[in-house]
Amino acid sequence: MSATVPLKEETPFRRFVWEFSSSSLAVAGFLTAVVITLMALLAPILAPQNPYDLVHLDIMDGRLPPGSESMSGMTFWLGTDDQGRDMLSGIMYGLRISLGVGVGSAVIAGLIGSALGLIAAYLGGKTETAIMRLVDLQLSFPSILVALMILAFLGKGVMNVMLALVIVEWARYARTARSAALVERRREYMEAAACLALPRWRLLFRHLLPNCLPPLIVIGTIQIARAITLEATLSFLGLGVPITEPSLGLLIANGYQYMLSGKYWISFYPGIALLVTIVAINLMGDQLRDVLNPRLQK
Amino acid sequence: MTWLLRRLVQALFIVLAMTIIVFVGVNVIGDPVDVLIPPDADQAERARAMVALGLDKPLWEQYLRFLLGVLQGDLGRSFVYNEPALQLIGSRLPATMELAVTAVLLSIVVGIPLGMFAGLKPDSWLARAIMAGSILGFSLPTFWVGLMLIMVFAVQLGWLPSTGRGETAALFGVQWSFLTRDGLAHMILPALNLALGNIALVLRLTRAGVREHLQLEYVKFARAKGLSPARVLFVHVMKNIMIPIVTVIGLEFGSVIAFAVVTETVFAWPGMGKLIIDSINVLDRPVIVAYLMVIVFLFVAINLLVDLLYTVLDPRVRLETRE
Repeated sequence: MSATVPLKEETPFRRFVWEFSSSSLAVAGFLTAVVITLMALLAPILAPQNPYDLVHLDIMDGRLPPGSESMSGMTFWLGTDDQGRDMLSGIMYGLRISLGVGVGSAVIAGLIGSALGLIAAYLGGKTETAIMRLVDLQLSFPSILVALMILAFLGKGVMNVMLALVIVEWARYARTARSAALVERRREYMEAAACLALPRWRLLFRHLLPNCLPPLIVIGTIQIARAITLEATLSFLGLGVPITEPSLGLLIANGYQYMLSGKYWISFYPGIALLVTIVAINLMGDQLRDVLNPRLQK
Repeated sequence: MTWLLRRLVQALFIVLAMTIIVFVGVNVIGDPVDVLIPPDADQAERARAMVALGLDKPLWEQYLRFLLGVLQGDLGRSFVYNEPALQLIGSRLPATMELAVTAVLLSIVVGIPLGMFAGLKPDSWLARAIMAGSILGFSLPTFWVGLMLIMVFAVQLGWLPSTGRGETAALFGVQWSFLTRDGLAHMILPALNLALGNIALVLRLTRAGVREHLQLEYVKFARAKGLSPARVLFVHVMKNIMIPIVTVIGLEFGSVIAFAVVTETVFAWPGMGKLIIDSINVLDRPVIVAYLMVIVFLFVAINLLVDLLYTVLDPRVRLETRE
């Protein structure tokens, strides 16, 4: 790994890339995440079959084991579900929903949570107390319970799941952003910026925010994995996405009833896809934490 | 004492806030009229039903009636079971509790010894394997681990049953699974599934505690006195590292009960977690509300107990709060 130290001018980004790739596990995680993202984005092109176009489905192909051939000569590498859908195509389309919901909710929660955390740290006083009390209250209840409660009120649906995940996740960003901002706001550059009489929003979002980003990026990466897990769990329980937009969790739930009769592949392969996604993101997150945490730098 | 009083008031306030959230969630976000009144009812019937259910009253009055019901333990009747909702939850509570308690015991019995080993010999390959395994314990989705346990131990190997509570026996008028052989066999897989995340957590805490405390002066002193390594570890070090572990186990007990929702669904364990999922799917609102109120109450009670226990265990906290 230590063959060539980059000879080009060292920029922060190059240094970051260099430090990140010092762990081969993290690089493997990153590459896996890229492949998975591409599979999800390009599913309509890459997938052997459009699993939700009924014209392509044949009920006679239902519950075939992996490697079987369809009535029309196509090979189902990962078998088929009870509707005769190719599992490989189903997983690719499922990844779209899982990743979309996971990344989408993590980003929205990140924006809301970070903004509130920054505002709490910058304004202090009653605003800070109010926001942080809410954060404490929220974090004292487990995420699954909060999500369950929201979905019990709203009913299932992709948008409702996203909303539930955002409500569950924002508090962690807020806590991280506040603790980072509390340190940063006392730095000289903030004083200098304040002396220039810049508007408050500019101080907050152009000066304070960029310097609080590293810990937020670490939390964000891990929160994406958590969001994907939680979405899969909720969908598995039948509270998450609707049957017309099946994520990996719903695919697993659909195959669950056939598992006891030995038809493992309907649940097993979507489960593997879910697992690989989560582990890849967590590996990246671990390394990001090491690289971006200044306290650990030698 | 003022500290205890303040904590009690705080707890009460949280429960009160949750009644408002649950009430608003059920009655404002969701429309109870659509659920409670058949769609083919005409205007007159709808109006009559709304008066009968008190839905024509202003919201604050409806809320006060709801709050009065909560105080009297009356949360309505289940549409599906036609039983008082609270009684229904109560009848499922023992199944969830025995599963949760077993899971917590498992996390202690498995997590602490593994953590101590990993803390004592951090460089051995076994310790590394334990730590790698604990990362998986954190990051794997509970339901997926449950499915794998069923696939391996119930379907492929056929060693253990995968669904239901098995045979139960009565104790204090309640049916328990842990009193029969068959019931215990049914409990192994779900309890293990539920315990996995906590085993990883306890293991890591123990390891970190052991590693930290072995460096401290009092351990060196105890060794210098000529005490056996076992006594230093199990008496001196253990006493100190147990404080954070007990706190975390106590706090995690609440989330074990919450995550029982997932495990109970996977293993068809007839506890209150399975009940709430079934109730959400058929929109049995009184049961949903009753479950949420019960679980919030449990949570607040657990947090309060852990706080109390913490002060008992750690004299330093006791002194600080007195000041």
